[in-house]
Amino acid sequence: MFYREAGQFKSTYQADMAVFPIRQDRIGLAIILAIAFVVIPYFGDDFFITSVMIPFLVFSLAAIGLNILTGYTGLISLGTAAFMGVGAYACYKMTTLFPGVNIIVLILASGLFSAAIGVLFGLPSLRIKGFYLAVATLAAQFFLQWSFVRVPWLYNYNASGAIEVPQRLVFGVPVTGALATPETRYFVCLGIVVVLTWFASNLVHGKIGRSWMAVRDMDIAAELMGIKLLNAKLLAFAVSSFYAGVAGAMMIFLWYGGGEAADAFSIRLSFNILFMVIIGGLGSLIGSFFGAAFLSILPTAMKFGLPALGVPMAGATAEHVTFMLIGGLIIFFLIVEPHGLARLWQIGKQKLRTWPFPY
Amino acid sequence: MSDVAARPAPNLLANGWVKAGLILAAIVVAAVVGSRLDSSGTLYKIFIDPFDQMAAAPDLLVQTIWEGLVTGVLYALIALGFVLIFKASGVFNFAQGIMVVFSALTLVGLYEMGVPAFLAVILTLGVMFLLAVTIERVVLRPLVNQPDIILFMATFGITYFLIGLGESVFGGNPKQMIAEQLYLPKGAIDLKILGGLVTLQKIDIAAAIIASVMIAVLALFFQYTRIGRALRAVADSHKAALSVGISLNQIWVIVWFTAGIVALITGIMWGARSDVSFALEIVALKALPVLILGGFTSIPGAIIGGLIIGIGEKMGEFYWGPLIGGGIESWLAYFIALGFLLFRPQGLFGDKIIERI
Repeated sequence: MFYREAGQFKSTYQADMAVFPIRQDRIGLAIILAIAFVVIPYFGDDFFITSVMIPFLVFSLAAIGLNILTGYTGLISLGTAAFMGVGAYACYKMTTLFPGVNIIVLILASGLFSAAIGVLFGLPSLRIKGFYLAVATLAAQFFLQWSFVRVPWLYNYNASGAIEVPQRLVFGVPVTGALATPETRYFVCLGIVVVLTWFASNLVHGKIGRSWMAVRDMDIAAELMGIKLLNAKLLAFAVSSFYAGVAGAMMIFLWYGGGEAADAFSIRLSFNILFMVIIGGLGSLIGSFFGAAFLSILPTAMKFGLPALGVPMAGATAEHVTFMLIGGLIIFFLIVEPHGLARLWQIGKQKLRTWPFPY
Repeated sequence: MSDVAARPAPNLLANGWVKAGLILAAIVVAAVVGSRLDSSGTLYKIFIDPFDQMAAAPDLLVQTIWEGLVTGVLYALIALGFVLIFKASGVFNFAQGIMVVFSALTLVGLYEMGVPAFLAVILTLGVMFLLAVTIERVVLRPLVNQPDIILFMATFGITYFLIGLGESVFGGNPKQMIAEQLYLPKGAIDLKILGGLVTLQKIDIAAAIIASVMIAVLALFFQYTRIGRALRAVADSHKAALSVGISLNQIWVIVWFTAGIVALITGIMWGARSDVSFALEIVALKALPVLILGGFTSIPGAIIGGLIIGIGEKMGEFYWGPLIGGGIESWLAYFIALGFLLFRPQGLFGDKIIERI
């Protein structure tokens, strides 16, 4: 009734090929952005912003990165957490070497280092495919995680071996460090995520994205059609690692605020992000957000929501039950809709179009 | 005649063996160059010093190889579970590692409840059978014909579920494996060879023997029984197997149960060496390079891959690890596998990957 494109005529090719061709979609997007930029910072309390929204944004960005690699290009990666770690350590090194530089610029620049490492570990992908490639990325995961501990230069030789996030001001407002307010950090995260999502959307809808999808569907056929596999696959690795690196820098600098980073970027995080991508929907940007929301908010909600509802649970039991529930839900969602939450969203929209008279 | 002339010269570099030979030659050349450097040079430390040490203390070398061998056997056992399931159902079963932990925990948990040791083993087998049936009913059957990655993810779901279930039923604390009650030997044998002492843990010897026996039994089972024949048929082609009246669902239950048995034995062995805890999960990830090395579909490949990874890892850690700060065991296995993969993308014994448009 409300969601219907009747009467919206396209008179140009550009309008027809737009990412959001239906006006209601554009209004919806504007509402979501308005909620994210205005409603949440004003009405959300600090707890909600720091332990729900910021993790959600960080994981969304990492999931978008992995989705570019796994969902769009069809290369399975189990090393996302390590690439996130590269971003975090690069950002730390840069901000200690150049304390005067705007930290947001550095967070974005740290993605470049991660992209370079990603290309390096992406090289085997030209010869190895499928699950075999997963092991190549596991090599990246374990090797990089080992270097985070064993190369003291990375954490400036400090005794604890942890990243200490220094205070950095942007236009006089503390963005990182103990004095940064949750709202500021939230706005920085949100800004980065929105800009990079817009960038990713343009990338995957354009020529590059189409070549990635051709490689995913069948790389030999893509090669015969004139797509350079070397370029396409390595570019996918570079872009994916860039996103992961930025997400990692955001995770340490804007969310954790320092700490034992090597532990944070463990194999478990890699798996978690892979779950997000698959639960959300392979090859779908909005799916990355759905997946991140599902898997980052669910444990928090279980931890704090159930006791609030009067279900008594000790800390340890709650954790175990969360594990079981997540496992069960992963299987449930895969059975109900193997193409992820994004497909459910699409089906929902399709249903809405004909509602209330579907025949 | 003309087409013979037009045929391009064979590209020698395309042959993996030639490439391997060239690289080997390069290493030898580098080693010779290195030996000409003084004995504190980096090349010397990488290429000469470790071999020097090996020659100087052969007993240490034997000890290292033995330890690698034993670790390799256990990797191979985990990989074996993967291969069984991959062959029969095409599922890349990530949950194999957690099945090892889960079965070992169930065994110890049952024993702690007062069940006699051998009855506990039988009961655990019952639990593994139940698990196999449940997985087949709840997870595999609805997901038939989905892409590989979806099934792979589903086994992740199983992993999470089993971690949660195991921890909430048996608690997260490490437990002692009931090795004595199962008449597994304890202690060590000291062998005097090559002018030194080599210590062999009896449990390791037992592990190697039991693993070999189990592999032999599995081979016989696959080769000579009716069910084994059906399993091989399913591995060859699902459709052909279905068309001659083999029930896929039944085969899947059997194969997951077999993997469960393998998991239990692995769990007992591994638990007897250290203790039973969820840390084993990370160890199970080591089975991945083993698999890759051997090829996903080959049982001998899993075993040989396990041994190569186990020995390579221990030798690398012992002789080359100190050069870059130690602890390289955590990633060396993956790099060894990666090195092999660059020459044989399907693993040492895997089916050749043929791609068609």
